[in-house]
Amino acid sequence: MRSLNHIYTLLKKDLLLELRQQYNFYGVLLYIVATTFVLYLAIEEPEPKVWNGLFWIIQLFICINAVAKSFLQESRHRMLYFYSIAGPRDFVLSKLLFNSLLMLIMSLLSLVLFILFLRNPIQKTGAFIGLVLLGGWSLSLVFTFLAAIAAKAQQNAAIMAILGFPLIIPQLLLLMRLSNAAFDPSLAIPADTILLLIALDLMVILLAVILFPFLWKD
Amino acid sequence: MRRSWWKIASALLLIYTFVCGLLLDVPHLPALEETIRNLYFHVGMWFCMMTLFIISLVNSIRYLRNFNLKYDIYARQYATVGIIFGLLGYFTGAIWMSYTWADPNNPSFQSFSAVAREPKLIGTAIALLIYFAYLILRDSITDIDKRARISAVYNIFAFAMLFPTIWIVPRLLPSLHPGGQSGNPALDTRDIDPRMLMVFYPAVVGWTLLGVWITTLKIRINILKEKKMMQ
Repeated sequence: MRSLNHIYTLLKKDLLLELRQQYNFYGVLLYIVATTFVLYLAIEEPEPKVWNGLFWIIQLFICINAVAKSFLQESRHRMLYFYSIAGPRDFVLSKLLFNSLLMLIMSLLSLVLFILFLRNPIQKTGAFIGLVLLGGWSLSLVFTFLAAIAAKAQQNAAIMAILGFPLIIPQLLLLMRLSNAAFDPSLAIPADTILLLIALDLMVILLAVILFPFLWKD
Repeated sequence: MRRSWWKIASALLLIYTFVCGLLLDVPHLPALEETIRNLYFHVGMWFCMMTLFIISLVNSIRYLRNFNLKYDIYARQYATVGIIFGLLGYFTGAIWMSYTWADPNNPSFQSFSAVAREPKLIGTAIALLIYFAYLILRDSITDIDKRARISAVYNIFAFAMLFPTIWIVPRLLPSLHPGGQSGNPALDTRDIDPRMLMVFYPAVVGWTLLGVWITTLKIRINILKEKKMMQ
């Protein structure tokens, strides 16, 4: 119960910070609009397969941009303060929650922009929206943990890409396969792949909870 | 002598692999023909790589349990030698592929982009990228304790993410590579001729022991280097 309280307080702090200094939110938003617009100018009406590939790659980059600062923004002294008032597990869970929320919003916004600018090749809209949310969630979980590693290694966001791209390929592959099925009315969306993705997400949360305490100590 | 029996065993098994692997009779299958002998080398590399990566993981966990820097050196060296065996597996596979899968009218270099899309090739490429990233992350940190801790955390996290890539995903996707949708991607004993199993099992054990042997030498060199630095 106490740890739930801690998570809630830490999450509220992140949300408040986001609301007060909105440059991060608008920064990512501008990033989405700019990349989509560039894509719109570069290729006017992509085929469904190209649309799909571009969409997920853009999600990947949005995720890195949105999540990167989550741990980098916390200075050493502030980390020490959090350490004295809450456990590392509460801290990492609150970050995972916050980044998941942020990424879900960003994924939906980029989907709207993609449909607006680059046509709508989606046949099963409901299923695809579900997939986008699941994909955004998966990406945010993995990259939140990598952001923690990168922040501890005192590196910039570039190392996050190096560490994260190979790790995220399997999930992206599964997501692209699933969304290809959403583009084709004759293909059924395989339920076991969705379950596999959800299982992977749960595993990432579990690993983050187990491993973060080791990163935290200095 | 008593403690080096496995080194002798490794050498004997590998001599056996080379002699019997190249001389014994093998089944003659269309398209495969004599290239089937590559099984003893190509698959052996992968087994060795997986074993070394698992040992590296175990050492990372041991490091996080008692923060003894020795285990950090173990983990790193096992990962490095694992990468070398992974690359060898990739190359032996590429040679094999150019005789069996590649379009005979097309040079193998040009058909590479079509062949590299194989789920198992993707899986191994990811595995190698992950461990290269591990080495880069490790070398980017200067503080010894911090480096050991962070790289151990990444090693465990990456290995857990690698599991689905190379053990689950290939079973879901269609592939030219034997093993996969129907069964175990690495080892389908029903599919291998009993005559070949006689060489295959010793080959796998021999390569794995060789990998461990090379790593123990590297570990000893590195521990000596550390000691020299301390003085």
